[in-house]
Amino acid sequence: MAENLYGLLAEFDGPDELLKAAKDAYADGYRKMDAYSPMPIHDLSESMGYDKHRVPIIVLICALLGASSGFGLQYWVSVIDYPLNVGGRPLLSWPSFIPVTFELGVLFSAFGALIGMLILNGLPRPYHPVFNVPNFERASGDGFFLCIEAEDSKFDISETRAFLESLKAKKVDDVEP
Amino acid sequence: MGSPAPIKDPTMPAPVLGPGQTYTTVTQKLSAIITSRTPLGWIAAMLIAGAILQLLMLSATWLLIKGTGIWGLNIPVGWGWAIINFVWWIGIGHAGTLISAILLLMRQQWRNSINRFAEAMTIFAVMCAGMFPLLHTGRPWVAAYWLLPYPNTMSVWPQFRSPLIWDVFAVGTYFTVSLIFWYLGLIPDFATLRDKAKHKISQIIYGVLSMGWRGSAKHWFNYEMASLLLAGVSTPLVLSVHSIVSLDFSVGLIPGWHATIFPPYFVAGAVYAGFAMVLTLGLPIRYFYGLHDYITDRHLNNMGKVMLATGLIVAYGYAMEQFFAWYSASPYEGYMMQNRTFGPYSGTYWSLILCNVAIPQLLWIKQVRLSPLGLFIISMFINVGMWLERFIIVVTSLHRDFMPSSWDMYHSTPWDWGLYAGTIGFFLFMMILFIRVMPVINIFEIRQLVANKSEHAETASADD
Repeated sequence: MAENLYGLLAEFDGPDELLKAAKDAYADGYRKMDAYSPMPIHDLSESMGYDKHRVPIIVLICALLGASSGFGLQYWVSVIDYPLNVGGRPLLSWPSFIPVTFELGVLFSAFGALIGMLILNGLPRPYHPVFNVPNFERASGDGFFLCIEAEDSKFDISETRAFLESLKAKKVDDVEP
Repeated sequence: MGSPAPIKDPTMPAPVLGPGQTYTTVTQKLSAIITSRTPLGWIAAMLIAGAILQLLMLSATWLLIKGTGIWGLNIPVGWGWAIINFVWWIGIGHAGTLISAILLLMRQQWRNSINRFAEAMTIFAVMCAGMFPLLHTGRPWVAAYWLLPYPNTMSVWPQFRSPLIWDVFAVGTYFTVSLIFWYLGLIPDFATLRDKAKHKISQIIYGVLSMGWRGSAKHWFNYEMASLLLAGVSTPLVLSVHSIVSLDFSVGLIPGWHATIFPPYFVAGAVYAGFAMVLTLGLPIRYFYGLHDYITDRHLNNMGKVMLATGLIVAYGYAMEQFFAWYSASPYEGYMMQNRTFGPYSGTYWSLILCNVAIPQLLWIKQVRLSPLGLFIISMFINVGMWLERFIIVVTSLHRDFMPSSWDMYHSTPWDWGLYAGTIGFFLFMMILFIRVMPVINIFEIRQLVANKSEHAETASADD
């Protein structure tokens, strides 16, 4: 039976209860788990060991890429491919290239933030096993859930269920894969 | 929550959220605006806005057939309403980014209930703004090669030393980044709508838009960092956009344009105009949808204060323009200012001072800042005043420049009015459509406010 399950989904009363349950489950040795809430809860992800920020480095790389391609484009156009003598000014009049360089840096970093976030989160993902739990639609409204996944080495259907219930879960559901 | 209302502490600001709100009520109330039956008032508003929108279709079509000669442009006034309206619209957009980005970085919680529609306003305002320079080219389809760098058969490239090209990049980036920021904020709310929608088709549409968002803690972890960074890059962006718009003028040598104060003065004016438009739109939405628990007195008060502060910066800008004209000792600058203040357009100038400097001083009074009607009327004056400001900058500087032999008066035509009114119709149409299909208030951020509030309530009761 346990092999066919994605995991167990426990519902909690509110953000504080969910945060406490996540901390307890992590302290108890569970690692493959995730919490679901209708709004961000401070410290929740960190309390489950997911605390490395990777979006910033993506955004930084994109910003540098955008700015350098912006400057490179203007250099190539104004100096190499289409040199125009405007009042005897130098072809590489770099101060006037700053605005476009800056704008493209911002543009690329904004794409980096959105797409980086989506990739790190594995989105778009239309199907996910937790959606099989009928009550789960409240995770986007007023439901607070903790899911311990069957892949976890410590997972045992009856023990984990008992453990979740001991954390004062309102309800524990099986999650079909 | 059922406890009696606490005694008002005069040192504490009014709450950002009405009493008695829970996660359930917030979700219900805010998603019901979309999932409930279409109100008749909405259909009526849509019809009116749609009718005004037809003016845009008509004016744009006739313009493309006949060319820009149907407008009141002449030489010396080669930049007329198109540029005035462009700057006006783009300025209006700035409040959205200010509210969503700068106030996020400053951790101002009162932004949460107004940021969504302010961002929507930004996007639609930038769309309206973008139409004017494109249509001003007369033949937008031919203009592409000198606006955008792409390898074309003529082997020519844009002139990157010109502020007009910076403008293309600034406005293009601004529009794209605003759209990204807006969409990022909407993803969790689309998930709410996906789960609340009753109709199969709307479930599928919101499901696709939400990208399978499930509110996982790991998602939120990356999500919050992404929105923080977006706010971080949008903040210098929004300041750069209107600075670059102002460089369109101040890089030129025309009297009245060639001034170093233009970038900060334009940015302050943009925020001023933007907050006025947020109030112009927000107050009716608040009234018709009964959102008083989400857009509270605290919001009105704060928006009034922001308008007062930016209005004073703008007033300082007007004063400095007068000062520069005198201090520069340039006869052209001096004449321009004398002509602006007492010449044929002096009526417009003094109306501008009335709308943008005199009337907003009423915002010093707290009762005015807390009165929706008072704020609405003042915001209307500012909307008009900011338009007049751009009219004054564009027309009074151009119509009498260095050579008296080239002086002329500028007269707008019905087609100028038609296109301008048409974009207002477009803007209203898009806003009204937006209210009906997307959450007008950021639902998940309001839930955060609920969470913070119960936390504070707990600490307060623990202190007792």
